[in-house]
Amino acid sequence: MSKIHVSTTVNGDPVEFLADPRETLLDALRNQLDLTGTKEGCGTGDCGACSVTVDGTLVCSCLMLAAEANGKRVETIEGMAREELHPLQRKFIEHAALQCGYCTPGILVAAKALLERNPDPTDTEVRYWLAGNLCRCTGYDKIIRAVQDAAAEMRQDHRGAA
Amino acid sequence: MARDDVKTGYKLIGTRPNRPDGLDKVTGRARYGADFSLPGMLHAAVVRSPHAHARIVKIDASKALALDGVKAVVTRADLPTGLTGEDLNLQDNTLAGDTALYDGHAVAAVAASSALLAQDAARLIEVTYEVLPHVTDVDAAMAPGAPVIREGVADYSVPEGMHGNVARYMEFGHGDVEAGFAAADIVRAQTYKTEATHQGYIEPHACVGQMGEDGRGEMWVCTQGHWYIRRMCAAVLGIEAANLRVTPSEIGGGFGGKTTIFMEPLSLALSKKAGGRPVKLVMSRSEVLRATGPTASASMDVKLGMKTDGTITAGQVYFRMQGGAFRGMSPIGEALPCAFACYDIPALKHEAVEVIANRPKAAAYRAPGSPMAAFAVESLVDEMCRELKLDPIEVRLKNGATNGSKSSYGPVYNVIGLKETLEAAQAHPNYAIPLGPNQGRGVASGFWFNHGGETSVTLAVGEDGTATVMIGTPDIGGSRASIGLMVAETLGIPYENVRVNVVETGALGVNEPTHGSRATFASGKAAVEAARQAIAEMCRRAAADWGIDADAVEWKDGAAHPAGPNAGKFPPMTIGEIGAKMGSTGGPISGHHEVTAEGVGASFGTHVVDVEVDPETGRTTVLRYLVVQDAGTAIHPAYVEGQYQGGAAQGIGWALNEEYVYGADGRLQNPVFLDYRIPVASDLPMIDTVIIEVPNPGHPYGVRGVGETGITPPLPAVASAIAGATGARIRSLPCSPPKVLAAIKAART
Amino acid sequence: MARVHLWASLRRFAEGQEVVEVDAATVGQMLDALERAHPGLGPAIKAGLSVAVDGEVIANNRSAPVKPDSEVFLLQRLKGG
Repeated sequence: MSKIHVSTTVNGDPVEFLADPRETLLDALRNQLDLTGTKEGCGTGDCGACSVTVDGTLVCSCLMLAAEANGKRVETIEGMAREELHPLQRKFIEHAALQCGYCTPGILVAAKALLERNPDPTDTEVRYWLAGNLCRCTGYDKIIRAVQDAAAEMRQDHRGAA
Repeated sequence: MARDDVKTGYKLIGTRPNRPDGLDKVTGRARYGADFSLPGMLHAAVVRSPHAHARIVKIDASKALALDGVKAVVTRADLPTGLTGEDLNLQDNTLAGDTALYDGHAVAAVAASSALLAQDAARLIEVTYEVLPHVTDVDAAMAPGAPVIREGVADYSVPEGMHGNVARYMEFGHGDVEAGFAAADIVRAQTYKTEATHQGYIEPHACVGQMGEDGRGEMWVCTQGHWYIRRMCAAVLGIEAANLRVTPSEIGGGFGGKTTIFMEPLSLALSKKAGGRPVKLVMSRSEVLRATGPTASASMDVKLGMKTDGTITAGQVYFRMQGGAFRGMSPIGEALPCAFACYDIPALKHEAVEVIANRPKAAAYRAPGSPMAAFAVESLVDEMCRELKLDPIEVRLKNGATNGSKSSYGPVYNVIGLKETLEAAQAHPNYAIPLGPNQGRGVASGFWFNHGGETSVTLAVGEDGTATVMIGTPDIGGSRASIGLMVAETLGIPYENVRVNVVETGALGVNEPTHGSRATFASGKAAVEAARQAIAEMCRRAAADWGIDADAVEWKDGAAHPAGPNAGKFPPMTIGEIGAKMGSTGGPISGHHEVTAEGVGASFGTHVVDVEVDPETGRTTVLRYLVVQDAGTAIHPAYVEGQYQGGAAQGIGWALNEEYVYGADGRLQNPVFLDYRIPVASDLPMIDTVIIEVPNPGHPYGVRGVGETGITPPLPAVASAIAGATGARIRSLPCSPPKVLAAIKAART
Repeated sequence: MARVHLWASLRRFAEGQEVVEVDAATVGQMLDALERAHPGLGPAIKAGLSVAVDGEVIANNRSAPVKPDSEVFLLQRLKGG
């Protein structure tokens, strides 16, 4: 089976690669682009460990073919920190909102997408937004607190900047 | 061992600094099992039995091997023969011999130049099966007429006349049980069942193995214990342990399920057959669910005698557990001693059988055996409390084990904190919140022994006065932070000046895995001893420099000081100054300690849960949840809370949702996370925690393990809360909505 | 002589005795003496045992001391998650 030429943008960098028609975006990110921060937990879109955004939309990269990313803008965990950590990343460390850390990249990517849409969510809104991101270690308590603390800080910064 | 520090006056212990691995984990840089790659690496896939029980007639790999890019196929014929005991079990589970014993049992493996190609090749390997009769349920497996799935599985302990699937038998107790029941005002007996659940770590098993023709190899693997991986792989492959070097990756959860091997030897065997090229093997989620873990399923009879004032006069249990098609995998030996561990009861009888069934080889899961035992015993205690209208915490305080109690399984508890957890739960605001319609409250206590185990730690002083600590217990829940805190406290230097690394098998003596809640206890204890050894050497170096006796030097605040005015007037010599010139004062300074750590402190906890049950659908919502547990000393309280919350969440999942569902054909029907439903964020409330600190005299800083106990009380506590909300008692987990709805309807009629 | 308590399902390997008296100064000597006196206990001992000596759990230490008047309980070797 011949491969498909894919030209896309990942974390702002232009990239090109040849994808097997059956290859998922997750596998291409991990195996072709060495972006192993995005994790596979299930391969069936149930656990959210592979969460990335494509043109700003939160997706499970295990459910999307690499070829579908052609011409799109992909953001992964590796692109989240710029010159300094994103507030969510910092608050996850401060609140001990991770134990094994395997679900953490997906949860951070998903939480960032939430706060871009809803900068002041209720706990329940955070819980339902993150319901597609499984964590087996924490019981979610500290994750919810970290997201809310980051959201509060980002609102403060936003007001400060305005 | 006498405790040689007092609790007060810690500078660092009890604080909540950032964990050292936090930055790597929030940026995606942390390297887990599947994140390793090597030049020339191949990818592997495994062929698995679709049958619960089948004779393997023929394996034809010719079509697979004919594909360009397919480099090697391995079957059982490639593995050495003559293994015995658990080594044979491990080999049998790695690749089936004559017989596939469960749905998902590995039959062959293939390595190819890409993962997709390996999967294609696996589908081309033709296996001819002759399907055999199977059994998957624990009670059905020992019923008359059940097919004997493996001959000769019974060990020495099984009395004559038991079913051929019975593998082990155990009985113990004390006191006169019949007299105890006769002295009771009410005697009640019930049967409880729990289904198998999976550890459910989000990271599937993954490894990269490399082995040359000379039988020397390396492996990178996600595991709770890389020396176990080394020993087990060496046994299965018939090589010497020293020829295999195993490096642990970051680990994406384990909960006991990564204390053993499943597919790891296959990567080495394939590598050897493929000319020594490294082979990566990553499981899919359905492979994880079908062929790794899970825990045992259990069927349990409990009988209790109680006086009207709540005094428990006697107890008796008979547990039946299956842990898959292999002997020794069910936790009967842990479940029985856990059953009444929270109580001081004058007469007890414990009896259990292990039976084999056509299910995957069970692995340890957080406090193995204790959650099932607690579900049975704590549920019946709750039923009797409700019948006699007694407060469940008062009844536990009245009968609870305390300092100096002889435990239900033999030893005497020295200093324990069960009573303190009960009193704190009783005093907590959650226990006084009024309940609304369809709401109920459940209480249960739980226990875990905790564990010491084989431990080896090295600490090296740096030229700049920092300390590097090499430990052999992979860090799952923040143990690098807790061990770093204890070392920094001991050395009297900042936490940031200590770096704790989990090192490979070539760098330390043998370490048991991170299991049994032992990492912070045992590696921590050894690290403190190693630090003390380094301190003694640093004091000697300072003494030599000052020209005084080493005995006249004491260590405090990260520096050597003359001990008293008679020792001489010298300014303190800091660890930085000693480290800077250690090359000219005798050479590198390190401390080393290895021990089979004893002195574990038993762990107790008490949980209180409020639920609301929808009477129309049977769906249970957890309204609030409280965990109270004795940590001994909470070294890093945030990660102690994390263990409590995580354990509770897993227990809630076991109570409400999670179960292995086998069809009549013996196949697992829910091997994906959509159908094997672990709790998601919207299923749970905040989980309140209270850390009790009754220091363990057997640890320099009073540590007990904190990892395991938290999964134990939720099973009975949730079921009891549902009983309170509905009047319907669920005695068979999970309390799924259809089951609860049916129980509500039955209770009404 | 230390008094070693056997759990119920072990007693049939020691002529039904609940308590076996053993002359031993260490846990290792105690286990070896038990096996010599009652070879039927061999498989259980080889499978791995922990003991409690005078109330204190000795998970895995053959050199732990046993006193002449010690009460010893045999325990299953525990696994952990």
